[in-house]
Amino acid sequence: MRRLPLYLMLSIAALMVLFPLLVMLSTSLKPLDEINHGSLFALPQDPTLAAWTKAWGGACISGTCRGLSVWFANSFAIVLPALFCSLALGALTGYALSLRTARWVDMLFAALLIGLFIPPQVTLYPMIVLVREMGLFGTLGGLVFAHTVWGLAFVTLLFRNFFLSVPRDLLKAARIDGAGFLATFWHVMLPLSLPVCAVALVLQFTYIWNDFILGLTFAGPGQQPVTVALNVLAGSQFGQQEYNVNMAATMIAALPTILVYLLSGRLFVRGIAAGAVKG
Amino acid sequence: MQRVHLQGIAKSFGATKVLEQIDLTIEPGEFLVLLGPSGCGKSTLLNIVAGLEQPTGGRIHFGDRDVTDLEPDQRDIAMVFQSYALYPTMSVRRNMGFALKMQGLSTAEIAAKVADVAKLLQIEHLLDRKPAQLSGGQQQRVAIGRALVREPQVFLLDEPLSNLDAKLRADMRVELKRLHERGRRTTLYVTHDQVEAMTFASRIVVMDKGRVQQCDRPEVVYAKPANRFVAGFVGAPTMNFLEGELALLSDGPALRLKENLLPLPGLWASRGLQVGQKVVLGLRPEHIGLAAADDVGTCPGHVVMTEPTGPDLYVRIRLAGQEVTSRMSPGQAPSPGQKVALELDGKAASLFDVADGQRLN
Repeated sequence: MRRLPLYLMLSIAALMVLFPLLVMLSTSLKPLDEINHGSLFALPQDPTLAAWTKAWGGACISGTCRGLSVWFANSFAIVLPALFCSLALGALTGYALSLRTARWVDMLFAALLIGLFIPPQVTLYPMIVLVREMGLFGTLGGLVFAHTVWGLAFVTLLFRNFFLSVPRDLLKAARIDGAGFLATFWHVMLPLSLPVCAVALVLQFTYIWNDFILGLTFAGPGQQPVTVALNVLAGSQFGQQEYNVNMAATMIAALPTILVYLLSGRLFVRGIAAGAVKG
Repeated sequence: MQRVHLQGIAKSFGATKVLEQIDLTIEPGEFLVLLGPSGCGKSTLLNIVAGLEQPTGGRIHFGDRDVTDLEPDQRDIAMVFQSYALYPTMSVRRNMGFALKMQGLSTAEIAAKVADVAKLLQIEHLLDRKPAQLSGGQQQRVAIGRALVREPQVFLLDEPLSNLDAKLRADMRVELKRLHERGRRTTLYVTHDQVEAMTFASRIVVMDKGRVQQCDRPEVVYAKPANRFVAGFVGAPTMNFLEGELALLSDGPALRLKENLLPLPGLWASRGLQVGQKVVLGLRPEHIGLAAADDVGTCPGHVVMTEPTGPDLYVRIRLAGQEVTSRMSPGQAPSPGQKVALELDGKAASLFDVADGQRLN
């Protein structure tokens, strides 16, 4: 019973976080009539999945009435290559920096870290110019490139700090066994860093999936991610607002990140514990 | 089997000199032990032989081949680390076969070689485990196995037994010695444990402050240490040091300590040692003993305390105003406070220069 205050506090905190989500869920299950005439907090009288099916397959967004499903696919087409590129490049860069072969390597790392503290909005315009000069503006490649660059500082930090904690003797042993730079990375270091990979994967997935501004700026027509579509749907100024459909659409859009977190949960926690995000 | 020849090896990090002018030859099939306190440069020297670090001066030859600028894997060596350094994500089998895989051997060849070595070390039942599922001793075996699989020309070991408990260490000592006698590989072994050095070494290299202090067979290093550092570092309990003047009594040489005269029967003073010269006398605990009834050249001592260790008894004795340690058998045991007559073994005594600590006799 001495723990009662503790559980009370935790329950209140959890409720505060989950309450908006519950309201969204309950609203998405109501028909429009019930929303317009009832209280926002009332539970659905007559629960229906109609809003969910409409949000997924029928809602009209930017002139096509095929719901979020199209954009959902777009998001995956963006996230998967961007995730792969930023993880592969970040892990390799982090590994190279962790070797600290010369004093200026640490300075290079410090320079890279500055990238962590500059919001993407600041470098948006130069990035647009860069991508345009590369001839990639308005293509999937351009968007993937932008995401990779923006994620690089963070992913590199994660991997570099983890690899730094790997005993030096292991690297020496690999060198004596005849493994070069890449072989050591592939056979020894990368398998060790699986928990860190999980952390990077979850955080980068969440970041790229939830991104709005890069998707809006760099994606060509018909390639925009689900976040952009959601904004179009919910931000529409014309006609009647279908709150139930908006809520359902929002939850659909948020579902993948929740799933990724839950699926990688144990590894994720191990990665955090392994010091992946310690300074 | 290869001769390893180090010529004028030097290493410094910035202004710090870690190694100065190391000249060493490891004969083919020899078991050479680098012994010294931590920070003496022995591990650095091993890393240089391995190719993990570049010397700032000097050349390394394996046989006729100059390997100074070669990468470790081109030198045909294998190394065992104090931390074992097994790859945590690989099974024992893959750990042992990794170097062969990097050499591009076929899967069948690797499997055959790993099986051979696993049989030799009796670790066949561990082959599919991960290092984390092994005890310290088993990890050590795997680490040795990983080195043996490569059939290296030169075998390097960096304090391989330091992380084991005392019992296991004794077992592995015997086993390592047996392995070496069987394979007769040129071996360089780094340790700070003199028991290990005494057990294995065909020759011991005692190092301090980045220099070789003495390089000789273990029994010579023990009996005739080249200087005070070696004398003090090798042997436990440590050698007794008494500073005084050489004197000559009617029946033989002696050491004068203030007003006391300690007879040293059998001390053979050579190379221009003179009566009255100031020296440091070094005597191992076993060379200070209780005098027999008919002995003439004895000196009086005063027992301070006794330290039984089982087979031996170490007795702290006040002798001419200084405390010395004597090794006796438990049956002889004098009790604290007792006055005893001591006999010093002059034949086994070492004399060192007061100023530079070099051996005089």
